Amino acid sequence: MRVPQARDVATPDTGVVSASRLALLLLLAPALLWLAGLVVLPHVELAVLSLRARVAPREYEYSVKQYLTFFEEPLYWHTFVRTAVMSIVATACTLALAFPAAWFIAKVARTRLQSLLLVLCLIPFWVSETVRTLGWMILLRESGVVPRILTDLGLTSAPPELLYHDATILVGLVYTSMLFMVVPLVNALQTLDDSLIEAAYNLGGTGWNILRRIVIPHAAPGIAAGAIVVFMLTLGNYLTPTLLGGKNSLWFTEQIYTQFITRFNWEQGAAFGFLLLVLSTLIVWVGLAATGQRFGDVMRRS
Amino acid sequence: MSNDLEVDHVSKRFGAHAAVAELTFDVKRGSFFSILGPSGCGKTTLLRMIAGFIAPDTGEIRIGGKSMTGIAPNRRPVNMVFQHLALFPMMTVGENVGYGLTQRGQARSDIRTRVTGMLERVGLPGAQDKRIEQLSGGQKQRVAIARSLVLEPTLLLLDEPLGALDLKLREHMKIELKQLQADFGTTFVYITHDQSEALVLSDTVAVMNAGRFEQIGSPQQLYYEPRTPFVAGFVGASNRFAGKVEGIDAGVVQVRTRDGLSVRARAQDGLAAGDTAEVFVRPEMTVVARSAETAGLGTLAQHFAGRVTSLLFDGANSSVLVREDTSGAEVRMALPQTGQLADLAVGAAVAFGFAPERALAFKSARAS
Repeated sequence: MRVPQARDVATPDTGVVSASRLALLLLLAPALLWLAGLVVLPHVELAVLSLRARVAPREYEYSVKQYLTFFEEPLYWHTFVRTAVMSIVATACTLALAFPAAWFIAKVARTRLQSLLLVLCLIPFWVSETVRTLGWMILLRESGVVPRILTDLGLTSAPPELLYHDATILVGLVYTSMLFMVVPLVNALQTLDDSLIEAAYNLGGTGWNILRRIVIPHAAPGIAAGAIVVFMLTLGNYLTPTLLGGKNSLWFTEQIYTQFITRFNWEQGAAFGFLLLVLSTLIVWVGLAATGQRFGDVMRRS
Repeated sequence: MSNDLEVDHVSKRFGAHAAVAELTFDVKRGSFFSILGPSGCGKTTLLRMIAGFIAPDTGEIRIGGKSMTGIAPNRRPVNMVFQHLALFPMMTVGENVGYGLTQRGQARSDIRTRVTGMLERVGLPGAQDKRIEQLSGGQKQRVAIARSLVLEPTLLLLDEPLGALDLKLREHMKIELKQLQADFGTTFVYITHDQSEALVLSDTVAVMNAGRFEQIGSPQQLYYEPRTPFVAGFVGASNRFAGKVEGIDAGVVQVRTRDGLSVRARAQDGLAAGDTAEVFVRPEMTVVARSAETAGLGTLAQHFAGRVTSLLFDGANSSVLVREDTSGAEVRMALPQTGQLADLAVGAAVAFGFAPERALAFKSARAS
């Protein structure tokens, strides 16, 4: 009888490997098709669009004119910066409001109350975003519920217009984003061992210090994940700023919409779309770098 | 003031359940005090009250002579080593050990010197910059102790810190803990359900059951002179026979079990003829031999005949299960370490016995 050679053993092995690799490929296929078809392809097309200028009907040439327009026209980059700042503020407000709520759900509430509270966070999403935002308008417009209550209470002489302010936009954005911050925070806080907090307290730690040195470092990946999702959603939101902010909203997605739909200037719209992508990537990267975290860790641990 | 901890009529109820019932005891300065009890006996509640995480319903806890009523955990001169150690994974070893000192607002250079010194004393020199997950189980243990002792507490509380370790490391850490305590001279209050830990480590052990202390004493007292049936059954291994007292003579009772086995044992206070009694005999207090004529056994005041049903070989702790011929009662007995019965087989006929003064009879709390 022949002693089996290494190659004899290896052949069926590679067969197994390639079969499992094929299975993996098949499992990944829908996701890959999705990514290629709906994310990569349109963006390639957008990139091409944004880098051409029309010289004559049906005649185009390579140009960076669209990008130059953005920097030359103050309204555009003003809107751009304003959108970024407002989104950061909205993300910060959402975090500040969601953290105590998530703490309560993860650490104080018992199991049954816990799931009830999470469902409560989800309930606003049963209503479409448009209807939800219109609900805010019904509450806040001059002849709406809140201004009338304020006048009836004698706090103001005439019903105030509460719509079309930056604060109103922020309220709407924070309201829409809460769930996306609460869920990763609850996950992060649930994995925090209570005995760590007790140990810190036992070693002389005070409430604020324990929050800063134990709780926040532990929850950091959850905070980052929530902040990234909320920031992206807010930056790319169209409906809420437009409806609640009216003409004053000056949201960058509106500029993109105007270019594509109103002006039919697809090249300019594509350039704006790309700038928004660069902006969100840049801010997320800066945020992660500033807090010393890695994107992979954040996405894995939340 | 020679007591570091005084617990004065402390009670704690959770609903209808009394977790700790009217406890009063003192712990001497510099001693190693263990509270030994089965899970659910209230020892963790007691420890958490001393640490300040739970407030007692009644009574007072004094540490170093000062009342702790209304004082928050972070203001008590007490530190605790948690069951799962609760080291901060987001900090280095040095930051863990220095955490308490930072909270006290000490100078950075001062903290660094003291952390370095403390890590050297617990046998981890130069480990400051290591991450917690790089440490072995025993090293984590030492960091947890160092983190507490660096604050020079009046009292160090330890909540079953060896429970998560494997057997070999646990044996090793027992010795290390005892040496550390002797070295630092800090008063240790240690809770455990493992009687061997309590016996090996402590100067004084309190055996706790259902919210009360059954007995406080040195390990030797608990082992040789248990005062309640619970202590006799919980500390060390014991054979237990329950039966009726048939007679009492000069402190020795005759107890007959329901199976008909009649044994004589040293009576504890208050036993009278007709009482239900529990008799405890430790396996190592018995003598086994091939026949009653064998030297040593004949001199014993009582002996029985039986057959081996099981051999439990465990090196120095080997024992044998023997079924008594007439009553069918099963008795566990230690095998002599000289190896003279090493060839004993299941089914072999043996004689066994024990001196009545080596067995203890208690008035039974429950009917049997």
